[in-house]
Amino acid sequence: MRFHFKTNYDTDIDLFPDWWKRGLYLALLVFAMGLPLLLDEFFIGEMTNVLIWSVSGLGLMLLTGQTGQVSLGHSAFMALGCYACVLMMEAGVPFIVAFLLAGVITGVIGGLIAIPALKLHGVYLAIATLALAILADDLIVLLAPWTGGVNGKYAPEINILGLVIDRWSTPDYYYWMVLVVVLGVTWAYRNILRSPLGRSFAAVRDSEISAQAMGVDIARTKTMAFGLSCAIAGLGGALMGLFAGAFNNETFNFLIAIQLVMMVVVGGLGFIHGAFLGAVVVAFLPQLLSILTSSFGRGMSVPGLETGVFGFLLILFILFEPMGLYGRWLKIRTWAELFPFARKDMFKRQKSYLKTERLR
Amino acid sequence: MSLLELKDVTLKFGGLTAVNALNLSVKEGEVFALVGPNGAGKSTVFNLISRFYTPASGSIRFDGQDLLARPSHAVPALGVARTFQNIELFHQATVLQNLLVGRHRHRSTSALENIFFTPRVRAEERAHREAVEEVIDFLDLQPYRDQRIAGLPYGIRKVVELGRALATKPRLLLLDEPASGLSVEETQNMRWWIDDIRRQMGITVVMVEHDMGLVARVCDRVVALDGGKKIAEGTPAQVQSDPAVIAAYLGTSAVSKTASASGERQ
Repeated sequence: MRFHFKTNYDTDIDLFPDWWKRGLYLALLVFAMGLPLLLDEFFIGEMTNVLIWSVSGLGLMLLTGQTGQVSLGHSAFMALGCYACVLMMEAGVPFIVAFLLAGVITGVIGGLIAIPALKLHGVYLAIATLALAILADDLIVLLAPWTGGVNGKYAPEINILGLVIDRWSTPDYYYWMVLVVVLGVTWAYRNILRSPLGRSFAAVRDSEISAQAMGVDIARTKTMAFGLSCAIAGLGGALMGLFAGAFNNETFNFLIAIQLVMMVVVGGLGFIHGAFLGAVVVAFLPQLLSILTSSFGRGMSVPGLETGVFGFLLILFILFEPMGLYGRWLKIRTWAELFPFARKDMFKRQKSYLKTERLR
Repeated sequence: MSLLELKDVTLKFGGLTAVNALNLSVKEGEVFALVGPNGAGKSTVFNLISRFYTPASGSIRFDGQDLLARPSHAVPALGVARTFQNIELFHQATVLQNLLVGRHRHRSTSALENIFFTPRVRAEERAHREAVEEVIDFLDLQPYRDQRIAGLPYGIRKVVELGRALATKPRLLLLDEPASGLSVEETQNMRWWIDDIRRQMGITVVMVEHDMGLVARVCDRVVALDGGKKIAEGTPAQVQSDPAVIAAYLGTSAVSKTASASGERQ
């Protein structure tokens, strides 16, 4: 195993602790950038889908994994981001501006909605946000003059300084564009984690009472987390709608939000890697299932199989691996690094029987 | 002038009067203890000062400023830090990160600067870490710096909580049972630290503590509470021998017994 000899504070502050990690992630980046040369168009499309899911996943991860607030309503913010972006593009705003503005708008509206919603805790917050997701569906139908309602909308052409990006004619470009967004979001996410803002998120997650005693404004911090989370989800939604080519109220129904929750739990709550691993599961599981059902013959689809398997997976992970796939990987890595000295209960969560009661 | 002043503070939970017309005055630079049997309202007094509770009547002033005019998250900005009886650390974070949260009130960067991690944020982070390292040195927490709280033993967590409060660079430190659940050596360390906190750092300390040995060694003044009321005030020795205090701890019959026992000895 490697030891870090820290000689200055920057070692801890920098994005990567040492040259090995930096090299590893650089290699991953080069691999990701070169992927279109290795894969055919279908799989590049699938990889783009994974990356789009991981953008939205990072959004929810910031809220649920880092700040400890559940949201079953993030599909509403994905829809908001998507419609905002497309409407602005149709009004003649250049894509890059429209895309970034869509994130900002979604973030601000999300933050405003959060102010009353975040007075609720735990399961009540989940129910309130679920209502939001269902409401968004109806709102899109009601606002048909702008949103196209049930008939939906077609995604306009993406044009970045004369370069036309289209899922069908130039899938490689679309993939690279999404990759750039993923890099930007991940970088911002890491910055939040290593700055006072991220620490105040974690403080609110772990103990609201002592966060308050350290001077963290709980309401403000939660609102900030919700707003940032919505902004990222909005960017993910815009990419998803544009990728789909056509979208209506059904594209962003509440099942998307529930899939997002499953994604962050299965991937590993509180880890950036978790969002990506979860996205791989969410994006490839339907394909895997269809391959399996067709190999069992008859070539017909089983209704409800996908939802059932997703739900079952979620239950299994909550019961047996609450730290998710990335948590499992960490355990395996620690075991290998310390071999043969790893102890079985190293990652066991201690129950605390004494707990300061919630005041007020 | 007194640093912390409670005047006629009363707090009621429904029909129960948790704190009853309490007057307290803590001078700058002293170590002050609140003692009393369980349910006497000692921790409630701390929660009042931290503004988790709002009293029904009375005033709480810190350094001449009205604390009741501030929400609880604005209290630390004045220089009031506290620990909790049941240890309220951020469990999923490392010791270092916990202490860095203590620096929260000293940050000056906006959320937007944080997101883009501007050079100013980096410079401030370095300063935070320097300040936190001083606390780590002071409390000998070096071996645990990068360990997660969830895996640490109880005694260490207690010290980390003290460290987190110190990292805020407070003027007034509220310690809620700093020695509860600690071994004899750990209590000994705690005593030296409290002494050093007062002497080297010039921080005023108010503590709730049941360990009268510790109270007698480190405290200048003690106030005993029972049923939300002040029943005695003075030096540790005075309070310990006060009949009202003995009655509160052991019941009234014990007082007559100790009185008759001392009578027999004479």
